[in-house]
Amino acid sequence: MLRFVARRLVMLVVTLLVSSFVIFSALYVAPGNPIAVLSGGRSLPPSSIAILEKRYHLNDPFFVRYADWVKGAVHGDFGVSIALHEDVSSLISARIGTTLELVAYASILILLFGIGLGLLGALRPGPIDSGVIVITAISAALPAFVAAVVLQTVFAVNLGWFPATGNGLGFVDQVRHLTLPAFSLAVGSLALVARVTRASVREEAGKEHVQTAISRGIPYGMVVRRHVLRNAAIPITTVAGITIASLIAIDTVVETAFSLNGLGSYLVASASNKDFAVVQGISLVLVTIFVVINTIVDILYAVLDPRVKLGSRAQ
Amino acid sequence: MSTVAPTAGRIVRFSSRGLHRKNWVVAICITVLVLAVVVALIGSAIAPYDPNFVSLSNAYVGPTGGHLLGFDPAGRDLLSRLLAGARTTILGPVAVVVISVGVGTGVAVATAWLGGWFDAGVSAVVDVLFAFPGILLAVLAAAVFGPSLKSAVIALSVAYTPYVARILRGAALRERAQQYVAALEVQGLTGFGICLRHLVPNVFPLIVAQATILFGYAMVDLAAISFLGLGVQTPQPDWGVMVSEGQTGVLQGYPAESLAAGLAIMVVVIAVNLLGERLVDNAQRSSH
Repeated sequence: MLRFVARRLVMLVVTLLVSSFVIFSALYVAPGNPIAVLSGGRSLPPSSIAILEKRYHLNDPFFVRYADWVKGAVHGDFGVSIALHEDVSSLISARIGTTLELVAYASILILLFGIGLGLLGALRPGPIDSGVIVITAISAALPAFVAAVVLQTVFAVNLGWFPATGNGLGFVDQVRHLTLPAFSLAVGSLALVARVTRASVREEAGKEHVQTAISRGIPYGMVVRRHVLRNAAIPITTVAGITIASLIAIDTVVETAFSLNGLGSYLVASASNKDFAVVQGISLVLVTIFVVINTIVDILYAVLDPRVKLGSRAQ
Repeated sequence: MSTVAPTAGRIVRFSSRGLHRKNWVVAICITVLVLAVVVALIGSAIAPYDPNFVSLSNAYVGPTGGHLLGFDPAGRDLLSRLLAGARTTILGPVAVVVISVGVGTGVAVATAWLGGWFDAGVSAVVDVLFAFPGILLAVLAAAVFGPSLKSAVIALSVAYTPYVARILRGAALRERAQQYVAALEVQGLTGFGICLRHLVPNVFPLIVAQATILFGYAMVDLAAISFLGLGVQTPQPDWGVMVSEGQTGVLQGYPAESLAAGLAIMVVVIAVNLLGERLVDNAQRSSH
């Protein structure tokens, strides 16, 4: 077990190094010299150019520069935003709260409604199950930005229950502002979790030991809880973890659609403005969150299912 | 399904009815997709009006005579923009699928065939690249090369290739272990020839199934990137761009443009997903 965790952690570090290298070297793949890319084509006074050259060690060899950049990033130094003349790290820390709150809110919705709908479909065959299948088929094909538009139209503009855009102040107001974004973010992943839940609960419920338990007269609720859910939990945990990790990417779309001031929308705005240091910093933070969640899911999977081969990846 | 039916009669009736229903679904899906491709190819030619003709006095006007869907926030004919916008929305993901499935298949077959350190090395790289979400890579590409459909397509292709390679490598490995491959090797055929003439054709149903599933993902991701303003650029009509352009209208109670474009995306994606699931089922059934 320990060796498995150690191997996963090594892989985590390697993945982070490769991702950071991709993000870092993107600056040098871009047409034009690095100064032009960093300034986004703005003309800079020689003193600013000197500062940039010093800050990015542009006179050093490539790998020394990369090592310096990674060292800075680990210590929370992501460089300077050209557009705002501000440290990228302070721009990130001002916005990361919104993003994490949104992802956490959406994750709760995914677990609650995804598993709930899946159980409903699996344990109540007939019209309720058909309803679950139709709902999940539609929401699986509902892109987050279309969900955003539909929810804004229905619940913000027509019914006026929730605000259409913005962050809000104070806890209750923030939750109100994040409700529609969280549903938009959750809707696709929710369908996936519901389908996997339905399928795995169905499969477990059909197994012999469950039939035996029922025929022995054990109460239905207890059979479901003890024998069905416990075994079905393994695939459900895996798919929930993977979909929650994937929220990190869709988050850019939802934050933009709802004009939320988080990392995702700021990443997109910076990419449009060619504020390259900000793009690099936020990409690195988001990819790190993504990879860390994936690693946790892998380890959790092994903890939940003692049968998992802890050696190399299953063929 | 592991439901145990008490009599054989029930099993037969159930399965034949299921099959019948599914054939209808497949027929509808294929019709939707053929229509979508036709519109993608000739949409701008059959559009009743110039999709870029602006008349601000018509902004947000609903359906009227001759304008079936009404007008967008800039007073452009909505139906014409929808028809013309199908081109990038449909053909962009086609390009992503062709590139990523092509390269992914090559990588999968090469690693499965050669094995050894080559397989171990390439598979490790694939596992690491697997970690990079497509949309983030596309945002990075837009920052580096400037926002365009081309950079978005390339970024998504790069992001999807490891996924294809990982799935098809498993299938190629299973196929490599079959006896007919060994028989062909004994007969002195080159590895390349066996892969090209026998191995790839035998896993082809799975390749087509995966390509179909991937098309759905690519279409949603590419539309999302255009929605963010980092793909197809605005006056050019595209369904993702239209959802974003219509957003000003959404907040003022005129959601027609966003909803029409969003619905168009959803209809195609649902059709592709249902068809893809069916193809995967068939490919798995025939390989066992």
